[in-house]
Amino acid sequence: MYAFVSGPLVWIAFIVFVGGMIYQLVTMLQNAKKDKVVYPYVSLKHGIRSLFHWVVPFASKNMRMRYEMTIMTFVFHLCLILLPILLTAHVAMFSFAWGVKWLTVSERTADWLTVFTVFALVFFLVRRLMLPEVRFVTSASDYILLAIVAAPFVTGFMAHRQWFDYETMIVLHMISGAVMLMAIPFTRLSHMLFFPFTRIYMGSEFGAVRNAKDW
Amino acid sequence: MGLPAEIIPPLPVVSDPGLDESVKTLTPDQIAAVVNRVIDRETAARFRVYLNTCVHCGLCSDACHWFLSNDRDPRFSPVGKVKQTLWELIKRKGRVSGEFLKECSRIAQTECNVCRRCSMYCPFGIDIAYLLLTVRRICHECGVVPQFMQDTVNSHSVTLNQMWVKQDEWIDTLQWQEEEARGEIVTARIPLDKEGADVFYSVIAPEPKILAQLIGNMAQIMAVARVDWTMPSFDGWDNSNMAMYSGDFETMGRVERAHHEAALRLKVNRIVMGECGHAFRGAVYDGPKWLGWREPPVPVIHAVEFYHELITSGAIKIARKIEEPVTLQEPCNIVRGRGLGQKLREIIDATCADFRPPEPAFEHNYCCGAGGGVINCGPPWKTSRVKGNRVKAEQLAATKAHIVITPCHNCHSGIEDIISGYKLGMHVRFFSEILVQVMEIPEELKAS
Repeated sequence: MYAFVSGPLVWIAFIVFVGGMIYQLVTMLQNAKKDKVVYPYVSLKHGIRSLFHWVVPFASKNMRMRYEMTIMTFVFHLCLILLPILLTAHVAMFSFAWGVKWLTVSERTADWLTVFTVFALVFFLVRRLMLPEVRFVTSASDYILLAIVAAPFVTGFMAHRQWFDYETMIVLHMISGAVMLMAIPFTRLSHMLFFPFTRIYMGSEFGAVRNAKDW
Repeated sequence: MGLPAEIIPPLPVVSDPGLDESVKTLTPDQIAAVVNRVIDRETAARFRVYLNTCVHCGLCSDACHWFLSNDRDPRFSPVGKVKQTLWELIKRKGRVSGEFLKECSRIAQTECNVCRRCSMYCPFGIDIAYLLLTVRRICHECGVVPQFMQDTVNSHSVTLNQMWVKQDEWIDTLQWQEEEARGEIVTARIPLDKEGADVFYSVIAPEPKILAQLIGNMAQIMAVARVDWTMPSFDGWDNSNMAMYSGDFETMGRVERAHHEAALRLKVNRIVMGECGHAFRGAVYDGPKWLGWREPPVPVIHAVEFYHELITSGAIKIARKIEEPVTLQEPCNIVRGRGLGQKLREIIDATCADFRPPEPAFEHNYCCGAGGGVINCGPPWKTSRVKGNRVKAEQLAATKAHIVITPCHNCHSGIEDIISGYKLGMHVRFFSEILVQVMEIPEELKAS
C-alpha cells in the first residue's frame, strides 16, 4: 500500500493535475473565441492593473470592509501553496529521489502554519454556517470541498506528530493529498487557474471600455 | 442546505399579466428547449468559467442595494439571485415549470438593476449582471416578460422609439420646443436633418412624450454656446433601448443600428446623447457588442461630457451659482460605466455653491433602483423597487441637500419615487435644468 501511494499514485495525481489544468486552460481559450467579446476587449494593461488590486491585501474596497476575511484568505492561500513546497519532509523526498534541494521552513514553523491553515478552514466553515447570505448558497459540495482541502493538512500534521498509527496516517496523508491535487482542475477549486483570467477580463471591461475602476 | 424555509417569509405576491398569463401554456419541454439553446449557442467561455469559478463565498452580497435594503435577506444577494435562477435551471437541465420561470423573471428582471456593482466586490470579478441578463434572455425567449416592459419593447420594435411616438408628433414637438426656446433666446433653433453638422443630439422618447421642455432647454444651451447641431426628423432619433434589458437582443440591435445609421446619414462628427444612462450603455457598448462592432462607428459622448466641454472651453459662461445645497445621484451607466464621476463634480462645482458629496461615491455609488429596466416593469413592481433601495434614501438623507442632480432619466424617476416613498422632501433636477438657470445669456441673444 505504502509503495503504491508513494509511487504510482503520486505520478497519477500530478499527471491528472497538470493534464487537467492544461485541458481546462485550452478549453477556456477555445471557448473564448466563441464568446465574441473576450479577445477584442482584453486589455492587458487594465486587466493587470485590476488583478494587482485584488492580489494585494486591502487594495480593494471589499477587502477593507471585510478585514477578517481578507487576513484569513490571504494567509490561508499563502500557506496552502507554499507550505507543501517548503516542507522539509517533502523536500527530503525529492532530494532522495532526484537529488534536488531547495529552501525549507523549520519543522516548528511548519507545524504552526499547518495549525493556522486548518484554523482558517474552520473559520471558512463557521462563516458558511453563520452568515445567512453564505449559508443560503451553500450545498453539500461546498462542505466536501472544504474537507478535501483540510484532509492533507490534518493527516500530515497527525503523521508528523506520530498521533495514532504512523503508517496508516502517512498513507491517508498521501491519498488525501492526491485527491486534492486531482480535484483542483475539475471542481470549483479550479479558481486557482481561472481567477486571474476572470479578474483580467473584468478589469479590461471596466478599465478599457468603461474608463472605471473595479476595486 | 441553506436556511430552513420557515425563517424566510414569502415575498408579497405581485400580479403581472406578462408573467402570470404567459406561463400558463408553457411546458417543461418547451422551457428546456429554450434554456439549452440559449446556453449552448449563445454563451461560451465567460458563462462557463463564471459558473465553475464561483466558490459561493457570498462576498458579493455587500455590493447589492437590494440585499442591504431588505435587511440582508439572502434571497436578494447577487449570488443568491443566481442560485435561485441559473443554478436551478442548469441542475434541472432547463426542465422547470412555468411557475419557476415566472420566479426567474421576477428575480432577474424586477429585483436586479444589472448595475454591475457586484463585479467590483466579487474577488474574482465575476460579471453577475451578465449572468442575470442571460436569465432575462431565457425568459424573453419563452415569452415571459413583465407586461409594461414588453409593451415598451413592442414600441421599440414597431416604431424604433420607446413610447409609440409617431413621426409627425416628433417633428411637431421639436417645432413647439423651438418656439419655446426662442421665447428666451432669439437665435434658438432646432435644425432638422442638417447634413455635416458637428453634433447629432439624440434623446430618449420620454422627452418628446412627457418632458418636452428638456429639448427646449437644450435648444437654449446650443444657441448660447453657438454649437452647430442637428436632430433627425426620421427614425433613429431615440437613443433609448429597453429591449437591451428585456433580453430581446434582436430588437436591441435594430434600435442601436438605427441610431448610429441616423448619425452616419447626417454625416455628423459626433453624437451627443441626452442625460440618460442606459441609453449611453446601449449606444456605446452593449449595442455595438451585439452588432459585432468593437467601437461605435460615430464617436458618442454623454451630455455630462458635453456640458463639461462647453463650460471648460468657455462656450458657456456661468453668471451665478445655485445657492441651495445640492447632492448628486451618480448614474451607474456613466460613472461605473464611463468614469464620468470627476467631470460631473467639476460641472457641479462650476454651477453650484454648496455641493454635498454622496457617500459611497464614484464607482461605488448605489444604483437608483430604477435602472436596468426595473422601473420599466411598471407600477405593479414599484413597491418592491422602493423598498429595495432604502440605502439610497439613507445615503441621500445624510447629505442634507435640497436638490439631487440626476443626469439620467431612470435615476430621475427612481430618485423621485424614493424621495416620496421615504419622505425626504428633496427635489430632483437634470443638469440641463441647472445650467439654463445659471448660464450667462449675452444681451444680444436675450428675447425681450
